[in-house]
Amino acid sequence: MKADRELDLKGEICPYTFVKSKLALEEIAVGEVLRVVVDYPPAVENVPRSMENEGNEVLSVQPIGPSQWEIMVRKVG
Amino acid sequence: MFTEEQIRRYSRHILLPEVGGAGQRRLLAARVLLLGAGGLGSPTAYYLAAAGVGTLGICDPDVVDLSNLQRQILHAEADLGRPKVDSAAEKLRALNPDVRVVCHRTGIDRGNALDLLADYDLVVDGTDNFATRYLVADACHLAGKPLVHGSIFRFEGQVTVFLPGEGPCYRCLYPEPPPAGLVPSCQEAGVLGVLPGIIGTVQAAEAIKLLLGIGRPLVGRLLTYDALEMDFHTLAVHRDPACSLCGDTPSITALGEYGFSCEVGACPTA
Repeated sequence: MKADRELDLKGEICPYTFVKSKLALEEIAVGEVLRVVVDYPPAVENVPRSMENEGNEVLSVQPIGPSQWEIMVRKVG
Repeated sequence: MFTEEQIRRYSRHILLPEVGGAGQRRLLAARVLLLGAGGLGSPTAYYLAAAGVGTLGICDPDVVDLSNLQRQILHAEADLGRPKVDSAAEKLRALNPDVRVVCHRTGIDRGNALDLLADYDLVVDGTDNFATRYLVADACHLAGKPLVHGSIFRFEGQVTVFLPGEGPCYRCLYPEPPPAGLVPSCQEAGVLGVLPGIIGTVQAAEAIKLLLGIGRPLVGRLLTYDALEMDFHTLAVHRDPACSLCGDTPSITALGEYGFSCEVGACPTA
């Protein structure tokens, strides 16, 4: 799947992983997809949960390397 | 676009669904005029500056007096004798360099009121005498500016919000000033030092809600607080169709005389 926007959050920790994801989601259009890369293990659960709490659709969360994960989210609201 | 520093500074706002990045940008673009850098204005100014309200006008003619320090937490011993606006500006700039602090070292009067209000989106009243409150209420109504009203007395305080064109105004609540002799001076009355902290902080919360357009502001509602009972009450206030300021046929269409003397002349801000 192709993302409309990419956000590299390697080196970033909570809550800024979600704060920055949220700011990026505010900037894309409804229906567009954001790809977020994180390397902070707690963010792998926290960021998708917070995205869903704000009404967005988390499409996938998967490891893409040693201690690196990719979160794909579609902006809904 | 936010800077890295701003993302961190405002992260707890941005996390709130009701605020987000868009709301924080609104705060940064907002211009608020604080009337008085005293007991009410101190906490209001501190929280609005911390919140990143982009322009804060501070209007106060006074210098810092030792008797102020019991409640006016923007000021410290080293500020004794300094203009309150200068003391306030220094503290607010130190707290948040994003905020542009504009000092108006003057009282508000019928001659300068409309010019002062013109540059601001919202007004917070932290003055402590009836003459100024009526002037501010009239000026905000005539200029169409939202007004966050607060007042304190001994152990009790009040907060309400006046939105021109929506709900009642100050004169619906109190049509005429009380007779001058009936109102004790602040020296006679005294005030619990923490009281303006509570009331001024409620004013700051209402100001931020209005700037963000969230929640239910105290429009048509008077919040009263009693520190001895530790009790908050909310009373409904209705617009008076016969009101001299906002009624159907208002008699006040320009700023008038607010001549009755300031009963608390020694301390123009609470």
